[in-house]
Amino acid sequence: MFENLSERLTGAVESLRGRGRLTEDNIRDTLRQVRMALLEADVALPVVRSFVADVRERAVGEEVLKSLSPGQTLIRIVHEELVRLMGEEASGLDLRAQPPAVVLVAGLQGSGKTTSIAKMADWLRRRENKSVAIVSADIYRPAAILQLEKLAAQVGAEFIPSSETEKAVDIVERATKLARQKVVDVLLIDTAGRLHIDDEMMAEVAAVHAAAQPVETLFVLDSMAGQDAVNAAMAFDKALPLTGMVLTKTDGDARGGAAVSARHVTGKPIKFIGTGEKIDALELFHPERIASRILGMGDVLTLVEQVQEKTDREQSQKLAKKLKKGKGFDLEDLKDQLTQMMSMGGMNALMDKLPGMSRLPEAARQQADDGQIRRQIAIINSMTPAERRRPRIINGSRKRRIAAGAGQAVQDVNRLVKQHAQMQKVMKKFSKGGAKGLMRAMQGRLPPGFGR
Amino acid sequence: MFGKNKASGDENAAEAVKETKKPGFVKRLRARLNQGDSWLTMDVADLIPGGKIDELTLEELETRLLTGDVGIDATEKIIGNLESKLRRTELKDLQALGQALRSELREILEPVSKPLQVDSSRKPYVILMVGVNGAGKTTTIGKLSRRFLDQGHSVMLAAGDTFRAAAVEQLQTWGQRNDVPVIAQQPGADPAAVVYDALEAAKARGIDVLIADTAGRLHTQDNLMDELRKVKRVLSRLDEQAPDETMLIIDAGNGQNALVQAQQFHEAIGLTGLTITKLDGTAKGGILVAIAQQLQIPIRFIGVGEQAADLGVFSADDYVDALLSSNTE
Repeated sequence: MFENLSERLTGAVESLRGRGRLTEDNIRDTLRQVRMALLEADVALPVVRSFVADVRERAVGEEVLKSLSPGQTLIRIVHEELVRLMGEEASGLDLRAQPPAVVLVAGLQGSGKTTSIAKMADWLRRRENKSVAIVSADIYRPAAILQLEKLAAQVGAEFIPSSETEKAVDIVERATKLARQKVVDVLLIDTAGRLHIDDEMMAEVAAVHAAAQPVETLFVLDSMAGQDAVNAAMAFDKALPLTGMVLTKTDGDARGGAAVSARHVTGKPIKFIGTGEKIDALELFHPERIASRILGMGDVLTLVEQVQEKTDREQSQKLAKKLKKGKGFDLEDLKDQLTQMMSMGGMNALMDKLPGMSRLPEAARQQADDGQIRRQIAIINSMTPAERRRPRIINGSRKRRIAAGAGQAVQDVNRLVKQHAQMQKVMKKFSKGGAKGLMRAMQGRLPPGFGR
Repeated sequence: MFGKNKASGDENAAEAVKETKKPGFVKRLRARLNQGDSWLTMDVADLIPGGKIDELTLEELETRLLTGDVGIDATEKIIGNLESKLRRTELKDLQALGQALRSELREILEPVSKPLQVDSSRKPYVILMVGVNGAGKTTTIGKLSRRFLDQGHSVMLAAGDTFRAAAVEQLQTWGQRNDVPVIAQQPGADPAAVVYDALEAAKARGIDVLIADTAGRLHTQDNLMDELRKVKRVLSRLDEQAPDETMLIIDAGNGQNALVQAQQFHEAIGLTGLTITKLDGTAKGGILVAIAQQLQIPIRFIGVGEQAADLGVFSADDYVDALLSSNTE
């Protein structure tokens, strides 16, 4: 997501690079680009205006004069203002309450409420070891209750049945009582999608809120939403005391500007983003990281977190110990690394999060296909344990055997062995100089401002 | 429909009769489109001291087109044209400006204002419904079935969304409401197989219109777009002309991404029609203008509510009127 915005802004800011200093004139051009980029990204016009005005005010002044690189200064200002617009820090659900802590979800039709509920239930159970009950107060959309029942079974949450013949408020009253009896930690309540101008339906959701007494009331927002998202967000915020938002469908290429505007007009934090069709495709929202991504600086932090979560700790510790002892990084280790990479969603998922990747042409990005990783794993699998430990012994005839075993060409085996040799070098530096050594080795390859 | 739809002509006589039964539709649409802040025409007069039109007036109109999700490209083109007319002093007053704007919009939308004509020589006439998650495919299918039944066609539905939990049951509920058969398989089944089955069944039973539902998918998911290609391929194996209509459903609440959706779906499977849903909110669906300008895909229907009757034939005249007229009538 946000890719097009990244491109626009990166382009706009890059046009400033190499120039001596910011002048009123070149700021005007760049800010026009920023304005267009934000509008194209579906950020609401009033928000765009105040944003551009803030950036202009900050850019023209001493800060710039002191700076050696005007482009960098402007990146920093635009970035900081974007972060400020999206809220300062990430916040998960606040469930401090007498159990059951009730979470109410509301939003327009088709924004992704039911799916988000299932994902949050899964998140709470898996990450926070909470027992979760779910109930649907959507008595309007055909099979909505059944959909939630099936999802509840899928994520292993307690499902509290409801019926289309009941009133939404009655369902919620019954469910909260039941949840208390069953002593679950969290009760998630789904509601029917509704238009913010439908007074009757808005009154209904307000009544549901009053009956449920939720600790969290979340507005679910489609990341593809347009200019009207501000109106919807404001109306829901007025009818319900919202405590936060969930931004859905961010795995598409929508620029997601609606999130910026909704955050701006309601002042309520975005707590989660939905990142795919699978139940575990839910992430905490990090304004800092998303702002970086918009600016083409990459979402390195999210990547780091994912690596931490998915990497087998023991495996990494084994590797670290081995490296410390001065032993080399052998092909077996490389295979482990490749396997881990696949389990993190493959190359493309990783590359999306790396800085500057949005500027690579589409064709180049396509080349980093996961098939290659799979083929490399196959090559290593065709080697004997001795070959994996000591790649030096791999001679011509061994190469032919390995290639045949993996169904690859000899050149592919050569390439892998060569790549491994290079990695070994880097690893050696790493084990000698620690992290600093690695940073030094990578110097000049990081985008400006990174690692400050 | 609407009494002034020239494009449909006499072939649509049956439909026109049907429409006269719900004369409130235009009025309802108009009223709904003008809810909230009345968009384009809201106190434009206040902007013009002494009624004179200048660059500032145009800038204000530009703002309003942008906030209606019309998008930068389409907006710049429209405003550019108004600017040159202004320079040639063709626009003397506010009324002239309004007329000019109206004709600019109509010029873009008129060519794509083509109602769906069910070819009765085709048995069945096959409609494939596609779109992103939550756009309103299944609800639109429910409304469409009602409409075709009212026109005297027999209808069958194919539950091609085998992915989302309870999607099949949602479609079956619509089937029961309209008393229309629904062909379905177990969850997780190959959608192409479901649709193929349905087409065979429809042929065997001599059904007039077969509407195939599909799972919502983001246009960026290549494997899911491949799945749609397969559905289309499999249909054409049984009947070369099928599907007769490949219809993309677009949520009026979507912003500029709707244009990308239309481009990508069109590229992947070739769209023959569009339907825009949820126009009963305050979202104006202005992205239709950009889509019409760039892709020239016929716009078929507009959805303005959750009831079976809340579906209207798209007409450029009425759409532009509804957008621009005030609430006072």
